[in-house]
Amino acid sequence: MFRNQYDTDVTTWSPTGRLFQVEYAMEAVKQGSAAIGLRSRSHVVLACVNKAQSELSSHQKKIFKVDDHIGVAIAGLTADGRVLSRYMRSEAINHSFTYESPLPVGRLVVHLADKAQVCTQRSWKRPYGVGLLVGGLDESGAHLYYNCPSGNYFEYQAFAIGSRSQAAKTYLERRFESFGDASREDLIKDAILAVRETLQGETLKSSLCTVSVLGVGEPFHFLDQETIQKVIDTFEKVPEDEEGEAGEGEGEAEAAPAEHGDGGAGDQDVAPMEM
Amino acid sequence: MTFTIPIDNGDALKNAEADSQRTLYPYVTGTSIVAIKYKDGVLMASDMGGSYGSTLRYKNIERVKAIGKHSLLGASGEISDFQEILRYLDELVLNDNMWDDGNSLGPKEVHNYLTRVMYNRRNKFNPLWNTLVLGGVKNGESYLGMVSMIGVSFEDNHVATGFGNHLARPILRDEWRADLSFEDGVKLLEKCMRVLLYRDRSAINKLQIAKITEEGVTVSQPYSLKTFWEFQAFHNPTAGAQGSW
Repeated sequence: MFRNQYDTDVTTWSPTGRLFQVEYAMEAVKQGSAAIGLRSRSHVVLACVNKAQSELSSHQKKIFKVDDHIGVAIAGLTADGRVLSRYMRSEAINHSFTYESPLPVGRLVVHLADKAQVCTQRSWKRPYGVGLLVGGLDESGAHLYYNCPSGNYFEYQAFAIGSRSQAAKTYLERRFESFGDASREDLIKDAILAVRETLQGETLKSSLCTVSVLGVGEPFHFLDQETIQKVIDTFEKVPEDEEGEAGEGEGEAEAAPAEHGDGGAGDQDVAPMEM
Repeated sequence: MTFTIPIDNGDALKNAEADSQRTLYPYVTGTSIVAIKYKDGVLMASDMGGSYGSTLRYKNIERVKAIGKHSLLGASGEISDFQEILRYLDELVLNDNMWDDGNSLGPKEVHNYLTRVMYNRRNKFNPLWNTLVLGGVKNGESYLGMVSMIGVSFEDNHVATGFGNHLARPILRDEWRADLSFEDGVKLLEKCMRVLLYRDRSAINKLQIAKITEEGVTVSQPYSLKTFWEFQAFHNPTAGAQGSW
């Protein structure tokens, strides 16, 4: 995408019918670190990669609880994401207060989408630079939605947004048909495996990812590091520091060419694989 | 057709003319509502009278109405305020239907919405002069609750408003069971309504019983109860207290 004379403000159409500012906002989403969501009939799992600016700083919070039955994962301008999460929390709690009943997630995403649309049609505003994966429960079961800066929203069985999300999406496309009836544990495992795909060769550690779950009879909560590490241990058979075991691990990894197999040696100098 | 332009006189507590805009007393009132949960849902009974003070002026007022797919609303108190509430709920149900997304307002949601409305009006010293009974069934679960004009709200297995609280509820406390059949439920309600007919001077002998189950709402045609006035005690009512005062 290159600069052109129609991209200065959001209220200018290009001759080919595009709003460039909106498209640039969607670019911002693609640059953020990855966020992944998947759902079964009864549960929704949201997972994301924790990328910190430097070793000294903490990582940004990318998954927010909106209500006991709704969670949101963001990618893009985190500040915009925080503001929208606050809006969602406000909508959810106002509904709860008036009707003593949880806000159906499908209605929340429409409110959110309409709010985003306003920013695409006012000359003094700019679109929100954040994509939101909204997971929640309502009368008809578990749902996962993706809200775009453009004001569009779509429902998904599974989705990934942010940088290197294509790797995760490819993995999810292979596996999504089994998600509907999957158990909670399998769904979590699939989410973490999808996160691993976006890491492109880096070792998967529980400190690198955040995972949250919500479902029927299970309010939204984050999984603790221990639980995540246990799931990782079931498929990532080799711990990074053990050179002795690393030999075996590498052997296994090389035998399965589909895997990004340098996890065994913990060798960060290996170039990430091209996709 | 006449249109009234709404006049905003401001704060009713500081401005004398604004006082005429808020509810001070009820004018046309309905008397008790009695409602019970039974095996398949909820039964609600009311008479069809609208009193204008001590005059039994209107005799064809329906005080129990269906709300959405899952609820039944009965009201005692000011009839015009009840009609206003029906308009609010109409709008609520309409907006809910317009979403067209498989979610629908259940009795619990309607009850809580009404509680908010009644309580907020009370806080502005401009109450809707009603006691409301909200019953319904959704996803197999029966619900029965009440909201008063000052926003007091609760749920129970049997509720009554006005005189019904004093005359009907003691009967219900003794004789209500969770597994009442439809026929037994109606008999129980009729027993309560008969007592109210004898003893509540604003009651008239023309009642409707409404039923709500998972399948939907049915409101019976108006009918009257058999009464008996030949009790010995009624023959010479002042026998025990002759003379003036």
